[in-house]
Amino acid sequence: MSTEDTLTGLAEIVEEVSGVPAADVTADKTFTDDLDIDSLSMVEIAVAAEERFGVKIPDDELANLKTVADAVTYIDSNK
Amino acid sequence: MSTIARRTGAAGSRIAGLGHYRPSRVVTNDELALTMDTNDAWIQSRVGIAERHWASESETVITMGAEAARMAIADAGLTPADIDTIIVATCTLPSQIPHASTQIAAILGIHAPGSFDINAACAGFCYGLAVASHTIRAGAGKNVLLVGVDKLTDWTDLTDRSTAIIFADGAGAAVVTEADVEGIGPVVWGSDEEKTEAIHVTDRNSYIYQDGQAVFRWATTQIAPVALEAVAAAEVDLSEIKALVTHQANLRIIEAIAKKIIAAGAPEDLVIGKDIITTGNTSSGSVPLALSRLRESGGITTGDLVLSIAFGAGLTYAAQVYRCP
Repeated sequence: MSTEDTLTGLAEIVEEVSGVPAADVTADKTFTDDLDIDSLSMVEIAVAAEERFGVKIPDDELANLKTVADAVTYIDSNK
Repeated sequence: MSTIARRTGAAGSRIAGLGHYRPSRVVTNDELALTMDTNDAWIQSRVGIAERHWASESETVITMGAEAARMAIADAGLTPADIDTIIVATCTLPSQIPHASTQIAAILGIHAPGSFDINAACAGFCYGLAVASHTIRAGAGKNVLLVGVDKLTDWTDLTDRSTAIIFADGAGAAVVTEADVEGIGPVVWGSDEEKTEAIHVTDRNSYIYQDGQAVFRWATTQIAPVALEAVAAAEVDLSEIKALVTHQANLRIIEAIAKKIIAAGAPEDLVIGKDIITTGNTSSGSVPLALSRLRESGGITTGDLVLSIAFGAGLTYAAQVYRCP
């Protein structure tokens, strides 16, 4: 699966969890400030990403995933 | 050598009456916003609470529990003299000795009951319902009063927005009696001993600490499967379940659990206990408070099958199916 596929999949998850349109979920966006996603939604996104991509995203790792690009990189390097 | 006799009780048990007590003081989100960095929209979007009840100094674990109990005994068509066993589920008693149930017995004039408290934190009521049911089926009691009560504000830093917006005070009660046909299904209970620190109070001078993200992840992923196990254990069809009454931890957790229960085959119009919106999280009190409100509002009626699951510090959980009284 390419980085592009990971981004597309993650954007779909973000839309489903938070209602932010998938098209707005681009690499440079920050989850908290740009996409207005709260800490509990981040947990829901992590759980859905774990199922979809077969990765483990622990809560303490979540805090480091500031941008969409951070999350894509983490998923791609841990799956 | 003699063998010790085995006593057997009634063929089944059932909930015969419900009661509740909400403290008179209502605290809105706007009021909380006066003392901490928060606002109504922020609170509602994160935990789904619009307002909660906070007890006054004179509204204690004991007085709130006694009021809920009084209502439950009357609702069961009984008097205090009929009660032979009292179980109180609580984790916020200011002093552990004497325990709560003997103090509630004294207020209500219940003479010489079997009397003990249990602490399974927010899971307490469902644990207690199982113990009450087992007590009756073992013949140790015929009319068991079960109270779930907590005064969380005594143990909450009311300036800490991570906990003060959630925690509240209140009591619920149920009377469990003998039945020919089982009215309370087998309990499915357990705990995660690796998460003891996720919710804790360090000592008597400390406030409740909660690792919100860890608890949220656990509750939204691990709890629905346990609830489904309880339905299977009761050997009823998921499509027959009328209502889901979970511990009122956070509206988002309740909705996440409900979504999974419905996806597994519960009715699309499953009635969901959402007492948290106006009551907050009352720990051991939350399930009976939510149940009592649903019945009062007509959302459920006598004989309806209800699925309950309660979960909390420990981390611990218990679930069962039962019929609404």
